[in-house]
Amino acid sequence: MFRDIGGLVILFWRTLLALPLALRQRRKVAEQFYEVGMASLLMVCILSVFIGGVLALEIGPVMVERGLANYLGGILGLAICRELAPTLMAVLIAGRIGSSMAAEIGSMAVYQEIDALRTMNINPVHYLVLPRILALAVALPMLVIFADLVGWMGGALVCSTNQQIVVGMQSFFANLRETVDVQDVAHGLIKTFVFALVIGTVSCHQGLSTIGGPRGIGRTVTKAVVNSIVLILILDYFLTHLLVQLEK
Amino acid sequence: MSSSGNNDSVRVQVRGLRKSFGEHEVLRGVDLTVERGEIFVLMGPSGSGKSVLLKHIIGLEEPDAGEILIEGQGVNTEGLRDRYRMAMVFQSGALLNSLTVGENVGLYLREHRLKPEAEIQRVIAEKLDIVGLRGTEEKIPGELSGGMKKRVALARALVIEPQLILYDEPTSELDPLIAITIGQEILALRDRTHATSLVVTHDRDLAFGIADRIAMIADGEILEIGRPEDVRRSQHPLVRKFLTADFKLKPQ
Repeated sequence: MFRDIGGLVILFWRTLLALPLALRQRRKVAEQFYEVGMASLLMVCILSVFIGGVLALEIGPVMVERGLANYLGGILGLAICRELAPTLMAVLIAGRIGSSMAAEIGSMAVYQEIDALRTMNINPVHYLVLPRILALAVALPMLVIFADLVGWMGGALVCSTNQQIVVGMQSFFANLRETVDVQDVAHGLIKTFVFALVIGTVSCHQGLSTIGGPRGIGRTVTKAVVNSIVLILILDYFLTHLLVQLEK
Repeated sequence: MSSSGNNDSVRVQVRGLRKSFGEHEVLRGVDLTVERGEIFVLMGPSGSGKSVLLKHIIGLEEPDAGEILIEGQGVNTEGLRDRYRMAMVFQSGALLNSLTVGENVGLYLREHRLKPEAEIQRVIAEKLDIVGLRGTEEKIPGELSGGMKKRVALARALVIEPQLILYDEPTSELDPLIAITIGQEILALRDRTHATSLVVTHDRDLAFGIADRIAMIADGEILEIGRPEDVRRSQHPLVRKFLTADFKLKPQ
């Protein structure tokens, strides 16, 4: 994976240089945005409600036992919007969308469609990479906002219905409002934005580097997903460290 | 870049071209010149390096040594593709499978914003008509036969109004009637636009039917180069073998 870092940086730089063309590619960006957003929205909702729920189940009884039930909304709210929603949604999108991007571009590479673009003087970075990365950079933070809201509701639902916890919805959200502010949500969204760039760049880079036939496409998909997830988790630590320092 | 610029054809020079993939040397110092407006056929057995040479000429491969000049300038010179219009018809067609036939044919014009949409629609219909595929605009490549895909690829190349057009095995996998249509279209395109044409094939009928000059390549080396009648008279054993091979079984 680390051998690919140089290629990733070059591809990302070329995409940045192509940014002025974003308006020209708006139709393709919109198509990709629809693909990322609509295809993942239901999945994001289902996943988030259970993330919130399981988190409440894990820490709810422990906090109630120690007389900290009033802080449950705040703790859950922070955990979801600062860490769990950004990271788990990025992992979900790497598997769901990154894999399909890598497979699509990989099959275009194998079946000479990218060569055909080059012979028509159409830059594959402008035509294929830029719209995908832009769409991900816009759609993933929006999905995470959804995930935050649904995750909080999932947590609140479990807290109010589970016999071992029994923290009412009103009390849960009152504490959440008191504890979680815009800066916490922004913290998660900044990380999400970086994760989106990672997923888009890694998937497109793997796709463009595909060689061989169907087996090559299979390898590409696996590498795109695994490399994206590894980079997301490594970057998560350093980004969190940096953002926490900046928040002080 | 303009699709309505003049149609002056271009001269292609290949000098000392060498290319290896790993240990395997595919091109071993190829030298040839394709004159302006001529149909130059590169003929040879499978695996002789024809398609690799074609990819170098269009700039898809970087040579290990040697150079390719288009009107005296290196093929990868900055801005060369803005000055000269070049197109390639791939062996498989290489149509974009996510686009319809019409979108494939109009891709160059739309991406380079060369014409208004109504004009692009007219050009798409016209070029599809030329290759005998009128009314297929809304089909997707997966619905087409191999021959139809090749003809759509040809229509896509015609849209560019190329000054240099490269054909990679344009008649492979086609029945003889469609192959003749493709051959005639290569001739008609040259007559209409005076484009320089470089055709890679192992189809002897096509080569001798359309070529102004033929080069015979084997194992990455040019064995013979000249007018079709000169190549027919070649005494090189490999050229003779390639030109005279037939299906008749010889008694043991």
